[in-house]
Amino acid sequence: MSALLEIAGLKRHFGGLWAINGVDLRIERGTIHALIGPNGAGKTTLIHLISGAQRPTAGRIVFAGADIAHRNMHERVALGITRSYQITQIFPHLPVLENVCLAVLSRRRDWGSSFRMCRPASADFRMTAEAEEWLGRVGLAESAGQLAADLAHGQQRALELAMALATRPRLLLLDEPMAGMGPEESAHMAALIAALKGTQTVLLVEHDMDIVFRLADRISVLVAGRVIVSDAPGVVRNHPDVRRAYLGDDSQ
Amino acid sequence: MNKSRRGNFVEAGVLLAAAGLPFILLALGEAFYIGFATRLLIFALAATSLNFIVGYGGMVAFGHAAFFGGGAYVVAFLMQAGIVSAWIAWPLAILATVVAALAIGALSLRTRGVYFIMITLAFAQMIYYSIISLQSAGGDDGLPLAQRSTLAPLDLASDTTLYWIALATLAICLIALRRLARSPYGRALAGLRQNEQRMEALGFPVDRLKLVCFVIGAGVAGLAGALLANQEGLASPNLLYWTQSGMLLVMVILGGVGQRYGGVLGALVLLGLEEALGQITEYTHLVIGLALLAVVLFAPHGLAGLARRRRA
Repeated sequence: MSALLEIAGLKRHFGGLWAINGVDLRIERGTIHALIGPNGAGKTTLIHLISGAQRPTAGRIVFAGADIAHRNMHERVALGITRSYQITQIFPHLPVLENVCLAVLSRRRDWGSSFRMCRPASADFRMTAEAEEWLGRVGLAESAGQLAADLAHGQQRALELAMALATRPRLLLLDEPMAGMGPEESAHMAALIAALKGTQTVLLVEHDMDIVFRLADRISVLVAGRVIVSDAPGVVRNHPDVRRAYLGDDSQ
Repeated sequence: MNKSRRGNFVEAGVLLAAAGLPFILLALGEAFYIGFATRLLIFALAATSLNFIVGYGGMVAFGHAAFFGGGAYVVAFLMQAGIVSAWIAWPLAILATVVAALAIGALSLRTRGVYFIMITLAFAQMIYYSIISLQSAGGDDGLPLAQRSTLAPLDLASDTTLYWIALATLAICLIALRRLARSPYGRALAGLRQNEQRMEALGFPVDRLKLVCFVIGAGVAGLAGALLANQEGLASPNLLYWTQSGMLLVMVILGGVGQRYGGVLGALVLLGLEEALGQITEYTHLVIGLALLAVVLFAPHGLAGLARRRRA
């Protein structure tokens, strides 16, 4: 079976710096694929390129058989690629439930034609019910009526995950979902991601190596804008190049 | 539920009172003020259309005069060409402004913030200078209307009828605005105002949604311009000038950015102050400036926001 996402010869430079310098990457359907690498290796740039926030200088990004390297971000969401951000991106002054409702709403692709301007959205019980269901999945059912700004940091990250899931992506890009979290919140987030295993294809960028090695089916190591290894966690852990470039020679 | 029902009663009462106003003015022998009241309604409509762009769409547009004045000039041009019927001229005024807004919006929306303000201003000034340099548009003098548009079976030549038409148009637009704000599209706009990047990442075609908002606001402004040309009997270049855009923005800020009645309240207060103060002092604009300062400092949601807070 062909991979869900296949990246070949991807490059992106900023001025004289090649942030991404010839990346090849395959992500198989239904796997949690982790992307690790030292700071400045280009992990977030790669997420930007896959999600459409930035365009590559060269190379191909083939998603489900079609090259999407030059599609808009919202077109890629429509095709099935949704991302989360390293820094929390929510609608702070809207209720938690409305945050997720907007995500559900975005899936209706009839913006161009009818715009659904005339029917009051609050009458749309199905949308609300679905949004509540996503909130339940991430453990925020109780907070539906609160303003998103009033949630604790960890809860806001969980809300972001619910919003991303509510767009029903075929590929979910998670950029450091545990950033800034305490151990308890991290564990909760790890459990939420673990629950996706087997059904949702995920590309996960994360610094916490314990969590990465526990959750990932495959791990790719990005160093200086290149993937140096892409393999099962056991292989990556003991790979000499990885140890030298990333984990540090004398670790363990 | 109860509160919104009470709100509906208040709105219906105000509408009824407004509809009855011409009778009162006629009874008092102050027929002159029917024309002034019509002007108020038309500016309320124009300010509401700008409030839709600024307050709902989150775009600070500084070129609304182009659409407001543009609507007036379309009606005047058509009348010059012998097209008198409002049934033809007014829709064409809307169509022309919508087309212009599509082009201006599509280009301006590539920018954000201050650049958006400046580029919308630049486009509007371009249109102003093009029109006043046209001999056939009357240059600096503007383009007078030989008569009012005809709106069979109604008699628009009557000041009272024109007043009611303006009132009905404003009422319909306010109802539409409420429906729009509650629709999925309105909810998407609310999301856009808070976090554009997030909306894009959720898959919303952000620029297209904003363009639609910009174009709707412009179309309504075009209709307001068509009405004003009829009220004043003239398409004046002042309507296209940047100070007109500024005045509409002042109305929106005074009344309340993003508040449904913000445009209406702002227009009433600004034009009302001008009229009332104009009779007693030369420093009208100083007073208005101080009022604006007070609102910005002490009532960030404008007069409409103050009213809402008192009720709640």
